[in-house]
Amino acid sequence: MDGIRARLIQVRPGFTLDVALTLPGRGVSALFGPSGSGKTSCLRALAGLDRLPTASVWVNGACWQDSDADVFVPVERRRIGYVSQQAVLFPHLGVRANLDYGWRRRGRPQSVRLDDIVALLGIGHLLERRPDTLSGGERQRVAIARALLADPQLLLMDEPLSALDAARKEEVLPYLEGLHATLAIPAIYVSHAFDEVARLADHLVVLEHGRVRAAGPLPEVAARLDIAGGFGDAAAVVFDARVEAHDAADHLTRLRFAGGTLDVPLRREPVGATLRCRVHARDVSLTTQPPQATSILNVIAAVVVERLDLPGGAQCLVRVDAGGTPLLARITARSWRQLGLEPGRAVWAQVKAAALLG
Amino acid sequence: MFSEADWIALRLTLQLAAIVTLLLLVLATPLAWWLARTRSWWSRPVAALVALPLVLPPTVLGFYLLVALGPEGPLGRITEALGLGLLPFTFPGLVVASLIYSLPFVVQPLRAAFEGIDEATLEEAAALGAGALDRFFSVVLPLSRHGIAAGGVLGFVHTIGEFGVVLMIGGSIPGETRVVSVQIYDHVEAFDYAQAHGLSALLLALSFGALLLLYTLNPRLRSV
Repeated sequence: MDGIRARLIQVRPGFTLDVALTLPGRGVSALFGPSGSGKTSCLRALAGLDRLPTASVWVNGACWQDSDADVFVPVERRRIGYVSQQAVLFPHLGVRANLDYGWRRRGRPQSVRLDDIVALLGIGHLLERRPDTLSGGERQRVAIARALLADPQLLLMDEPLSALDAARKEEVLPYLEGLHATLAIPAIYVSHAFDEVARLADHLVVLEHGRVRAAGPLPEVAARLDIAGGFGDAAAVVFDARVEAHDAADHLTRLRFAGGTLDVPLRREPVGATLRCRVHARDVSLTTQPPQATSILNVIAAVVVERLDLPGGAQCLVRVDAGGTPLLARITARSWRQLGLEPGRAVWAQVKAAALLG
Repeated sequence: MFSEADWIALRLTLQLAAIVTLLLLVLATPLAWWLARTRSWWSRPVAALVALPLVLPPTVLGFYLLVALGPEGPLGRITEALGLGLLPFTFPGLVVASLIYSLPFVVQPLRAAFEGIDEATLEEAAALGAGALDRFFSVVLPLSRHGIAAGGVLGFVHTIGEFGVVLMIGGSIPGETRVVSVQIYDHVEAFDYAQAHGLSALLLALSFGALLLLYTLNPRLRSV
């Protein structure tokens, strides 16, 4: 019984949570939605911090809660790592003692190496400091390291970046991406920022008003117009691409994905490595003829699938299919009309920018 | 400067204050924790009851204790049935009365300290594998150390200073219930102002010194 299965029901005045989750036993699953959608309620129930009257939680074959059988494993025996919005460090302990707190209570397992985790989060120089002398980003990195040292079977993160300013976010995100690449246990990441989710998650659950609106592999769900339409500027597709060749002279790297190739600024990864690409809908434009002379390097043949009018009426979101890889383009409704676009029409998608995510 | 009787009263007073303070720290901690954390409606009457000695005339408290602990009182019957005898006019009786009288002075700072601990900090400790008792000793107590120190000092000084309750329930038996405050009263009644001065000055200095220490160590406790 691999993976995480949960059924969470809670009725409060003005809010009903009614969620069934089936999440993979590896990788990062994002619980995504606006504030008030119930994502933090889900996370707290999974952690055992709140005991919902009607709930069942199974993690990799172990039952953590089953309200029908009156089973409830208290949070301290759930073997979780919990990282909250406000990195909560114990103020009476130094950084080293904070890190040791959970590790010691699990019997300091040698499978979890302090040095490795300290290096992974880049906090070696902070070990002798007091929590109140750390910056927000440093505190959050220490909190994540402390959670990992508790040898968890499941890592739960509740908007760990939301309390940080943009600069601190950029400081912590690379460590989270590093974590994503090395973590052997499943993680659940709660966020209302799709850009973060696109960088970190493999599996996406979209919550709205206490219910699951969509769930599945991130590339699939993020490319759904009914979902992406609500993301505003952050609407983007995510797909994997392989490094095909490096062009040292032009400082470019060619990536191949199912729908074609992308030239991006030179990367350090060797030929054959797999990279995750994110292409924002706002960075994709459509033409009905192959562009002859354009400064845009990446032009990909595709077929129009469907469109969605965006709020305001001026713009629409168009989903095209590039050899099996969905792409989203945000264009004006006038362009749609003047180009005579319709489902099935062959187009060329001009990709202005593609972000590569570790 | 001090007579033999003064020294006996002093030793008795310090003994009483030390025992009462230790007992209060043990008893008040769970009570203060409950008051700080519960959402039960019952916390209000319980808090009011605990705070009563702050406003009640000590003679009233002493009178009721005398009645309750006496041979016809409900508590007196219990202590007699347990083979402990009657508590009024004994040292254990003084301890019981002082526990009640000084309770709010220990509970209030403890409660304030416990309320200052963020729920998120305790949840974090639980997520890291610490059970309830473990959390209390590894997180709550260290984070409340100033409040505990304040409660201890206040409970100690206040027990030393009590008079009305002691007189009602303890009387003035040398070496058994005659504490410093009663000794001072006896000196004044006998017009022995010199002796009364000595002991009074000592109590004044002791109390001022303790409070000064408290506020120097932790300026945040001014509200206590």
